[in-house]
Amino acid sequence: MKRLAGILLVVLALGGFAFAQNRLLINGAGATFPYPMYSKWFDEYHKKNGNTEINYQSIGSGGGIKQVTEGTVDFGASDGPMNDDQLKAYQAKHGFPILHFPTVLGADVPTYNIPGISAELNFTPEALAGIFLGHISKWNDPAIANANKGVNLPANDIVVVHRSDGSGTTYIWTDFLSKISGDWKDKVGKGTSVNWPVGLGGKGNEGVAGLIKQTPNAMGYVELIYAIQNKMPYGKVKNAAGEFVKADLASVSAAAAGAVKTMPDDFRVSITNAPGKTVYPISSFTWLLIPSKFSDATKRDALKGFVTWMLGDGQNFTEALAYAKLPPEVVAKEVKALSKIQ
Amino acid sequence: MSSRSFLSRLRDGDEIARVITFLFAASVVLVTILLVVELWMQSALPRHKFGFSFFLTRVWDPIAEQFGALPFIYGTIVTAAVALLIAVPLGIGAAIFLAELAPQKLSDPLEFFIDLLAAVPSVIYGLLGVFIVVPIMREWIQPALKNTLGFLPLFQGPAYGIGFLTAGIVLAIMVIPYIISVSREVLMSVPRDQREAALALGSTRWESTWKVVVPFAKTGIMGSIFLALARALGETMAVTMVIGNTPTISASLFSPGYSIAAVIANEFTEATGDLYLGALIELGLVLFLLTFILNGLARLMMLLTTQRGSGTGMA
Repeated sequence: MKRLAGILLVVLALGGFAFAQNRLLINGAGATFPYPMYSKWFDEYHKKNGNTEINYQSIGSGGGIKQVTEGTVDFGASDGPMNDDQLKAYQAKHGFPILHFPTVLGADVPTYNIPGISAELNFTPEALAGIFLGHISKWNDPAIANANKGVNLPANDIVVVHRSDGSGTTYIWTDFLSKISGDWKDKVGKGTSVNWPVGLGGKGNEGVAGLIKQTPNAMGYVELIYAIQNKMPYGKVKNAAGEFVKADLASVSAAAAGAVKTMPDDFRVSITNAPGKTVYPISSFTWLLIPSKFSDATKRDALKGFVTWMLGDGQNFTEALAYAKLPPEVVAKEVKALSKIQ
Repeated sequence: MSSRSFLSRLRDGDEIARVITFLFAASVVLVTILLVVELWMQSALPRHKFGFSFFLTRVWDPIAEQFGALPFIYGTIVTAAVALLIAVPLGIGAAIFLAELAPQKLSDPLEFFIDLLAAVPSVIYGLLGVFIVVPIMREWIQPALKNTLGFLPLFQGPAYGIGFLTAGIVLAIMVIPYIISVSREVLMSVPRDQREAALALGSTRWESTWKVVVPFAKTGIMGSIFLALARALGETMAVTMVIGNTPTISASLFSPGYSIAAVIANEFTEATGDLYLGALIELGLVLFLLTFILNGLARLMMLLTTQRGSGTGMA
């Protein structure tokens, strides 16, 4: 018993010593959508820089914004940019602004289950808005049928499925619908949870996918990565240039490249419905939220070091995990913006 | 005795045990009070903004910041009511069989399985609901109900397979083990002489069970029902997987709905804005008060049965 206690003491002392040896722990919290990517990055970065450990809690974008504003974590992460009120609240509390850094790209795809139809359907923005507003209730409605000549769509009621939990996926979807439909913008708006005019709610991508798979004539939206990983069928969407484009890593990256000209310096930009022929229109960045001032210089340098690595070598890990990588134009702009962190 | 100092009194094992156990008991009360206070304070913003209309309005719009709890309260009560309508007769029937009629050889292993069911995590029941109950509902039960009882407003509208009825059935499956387990204990605690007296007066086995034993255990059985109700009201995971998550108030049990616990679980993590967060916390307060009151009632009932049981037994 005494010996055991002795061993324990030694182990504890050594552990404490190792811990004291400038091991740096950086805490972050936020979005769940990029979590697989982030945990891969933090792990790889830790392998290269043994002293820096980044601990990330995927508590949701709303939670990420809240925690970084309250100062309980070193950085936040969000699938939707912080709005002006949230930025003001941050500035008022800390006395300096918070910065947005895009990390990877994601996209939403329309997926459906119509018995007897295996064709890849085309969706116009008008059809998507109409379906989710409840104006278009049958599969053979001209708004859908005209874009799908040669497909024998049934006269069945469409069962709309949406996310029931607050999520960045819903933010991207409703952001797109708000841009292409004035009706949607006035009646519903964009957000991580909205007051849906029609439809059933499923919890998480898996909940939506499960409902669609099980319910004949259902349609809904899931994240591109989820659809790819689960080999779900999904449709093409007509982009701003009038082309029907299927979502893949290239067409999602193209959306970011298409938006680069109009990109503001704070990166708070929506790239849904971005211009360009090859652009998939329901795409979005996901952001890291980093304070522009750190009282702890080692922490600041470590975090800057990570972001620099993430924008360079880190981007090579993205496609293996089915995330679309940042276009070089955006990377260059972000590297410049890093100097704003002091 | 009174001259002994507090310290020396503490040296008595009994006193130490008394103080320690009192602290444990007090901590439970303290946690409960803290919960209420915290929920009350955190929900100050929506309470002041919406007042009583929070309970009476139907719109839940996080973007326009309009929050009404009525569809969630409705969904919570309706699913719990459906669950009890199914679970109470089944559960009490099974408890009577296990306590009174089944041979020990059958009753003991069955009781083991029932206790096992009560310990299954609710997400498992949710999966059971999604993959087994929902398709059965959509393909068979809902069309059958529509064809036979479709004239009732209860069974109208499109059959999605999910909704109030399905959520109620999944909840029923979840709470039946509670009803059986507690009711069986209560039935078995009915004194033997009660049964013997009934049999001596010439009643049959069933008459003695139904007219003597069950009425004797009535308050205890009620307690088991209240316990099941409290569980049904607060269930989150299994309900959100099969209810449809749409804040609607509809007479039809086929309609998708929403419950208080489900909306909190769904929206809490992404709730931005103080009013939105406050509204979710106020929903929590509503749910807490509902379950708190019902749980208290259940405990009181249990207490009453045991006391009356021993009293009548001696008379």
